Amino acid sequence: MKRLLVANRGEIARRIFRTARELGIETVAVHSQADAGAAHVAEADHAVAIGPASARESYLDAGRVLEAARSSGADAVHPGYGFLSENAEFAEAVMAAGLKWIGPAPDTLRDMGDKNRARALARAAGVPVVPGSDPLDLAAPVTIRAAGAEVGYPLLVKAAAGGGGIGMRRVDDPDKLVETVAATQSMAQKAFGDGTVFLERFVPKARHVEIQVFGFGNGEAVHLFERDCSLQRRFQKVIEESPAPNLPDAVRARMAEAAVALCREIRYSGAGTIEFIVDAHTHEAFFLEMNTRIQVEHPVTEMVTGRDLVAMQLALADGAPSVVDQASIATSGHAVECRLYAENPAKMFMPAPGTLSRFVLPEPHAGLRIDSGYREGDEVTPHYDPMLAKIIGRGADRAAARAAAAEALRGLQVEGIATNRDFLIACLEDPAFAAGDVHTGFIDENRKALLARIPTKGA
Amino acid sequence: MAIVDVKSEITGNVWKIVAEPGQSMEEDEPILILESMKMEIPVASPEDGVVTEILVNEGDVITEGTVVARIEA
Repeated sequence: MKRLLVANRGEIARRIFRTARELGIETVAVHSQADAGAAHVAEADHAVAIGPASARESYLDAGRVLEAARSSGADAVHPGYGFLSENAEFAEAVMAAGLKWIGPAPDTLRDMGDKNRARALARAAGVPVVPGSDPLDLAAPVTIRAAGAEVGYPLLVKAAAGGGGIGMRRVDDPDKLVETVAATQSMAQKAFGDGTVFLERFVPKARHVEIQVFGFGNGEAVHLFERDCSLQRRFQKVIEESPAPNLPDAVRARMAEAAVALCREIRYSGAGTIEFIVDAHTHEAFFLEMNTRIQVEHPVTEMVTGRDLVAMQLALADGAPSVVDQASIATSGHAVECRLYAENPAKMFMPAPGTLSRFVLPEPHAGLRIDSGYREGDEVTPHYDPMLAKIIGRGADRAAARAAAAEALRGLQVEGIATNRDFLIACLEDPAFAAGDVHTGFIDENRKALLARIPTKGA
Repeated sequence: MAIVDVKSEITGNVWKIVAEPGQSMEEDEPILILESMKMEIPVASPEDGVVTEILVNEGDVITEGTVVARIEA
């Protein structure tokens, strides 16, 4: 591999470039008009403009990205996360053009991208799944009600083509089920061009725990332990950590084993994440979905294992004999990642685009990593997601990792736009969070108390 | 009866217009939905009234403080 194009923007493009540079691989950035002056563009050896601000006409346009790869002479494409990263047609087009695709096989992207097929594959590999229904037929309300009764309440109506919290609705009252199914279906048809919806049991006090896996494409696979990503707001992750606090070793081991079994079964190739929903009371773990790409929160795993997941991806794509022995992967200490968002907690977390008139990040050290997509003076536009940076603290134990992250958040200077910085500090220092009582309803349940601890001067 | 300006509190794209001129609105009922930073943000009627004008089109990029509609309240 000589020249790597990253079909992405922001912090993940910069993070992939970092490893490429270390390996002596040239880098190619792509960018929309809105990102012409962005940090990831400035850092790359080559940059190609691929269209207007709208992601649909730039970062999501497979044809334009592919043309950029050709014109820049790239010999490999890394999709990052989001955008085209789980798009099987794009992966196929990259390979058909004779370029290396940094990701799993297109058929794997298809299988895991279809939630019903993913669940069936998980079940076949012996991985427990959340009780759920087949795709629903809106013309037959009776069968919908029967499916609801079988799955059990509360439940979620989910779009098969959805993801990241988009395209799912909770139903507590059986009488509301049919209308919610209809609404979700019409929304999914418009948003994804696919109106397939199904039902899934909702675990009221749930944790979100995921296993980082790496498959070698030959039926061999390893895990790199778990991440707890329970702190979420509107189904978007806010704080992630490893190891998962207060989770018995036997549960963690069982989940990791199940994840590896699934990867072996599908002959998975590259970095991936298997997400589980864990009942906070019973510690039952159910397969949720598989993310067939590098994950936003992968630095948490890198901090505790000392591995470079992007380097592993690049080596595998390059055909290097990269099979790693499970016994050689160890974890030490604790890492906590906080997602710094351009949003205003005081105004219902409304997005806060604008110009970063001041943006000074603390110096990284052994106990602190910062992956940022922006520099001082950059504009944060409304066109893309609101994540400014990831602040990852590491320590010998959880308290030390929390303290390192909180210290870094206090030390960063950001002016010009509202951020959730103080909200993140309030979460890190919350007594229940400190005690490891994490679950997906944590932020909603504690919102008032968390907001009350945010200093009121300026947002 | 007074004409009330409905303003957007944020910068974003007009994703969907859900009300039309002549429509009666209750306070907090959405008139249109903006898309900003991958989130859907409703712009709601500030009080009970009737929509007199929608001043933007779907797909428009608008800035904070833009008057997007007027209602007679």
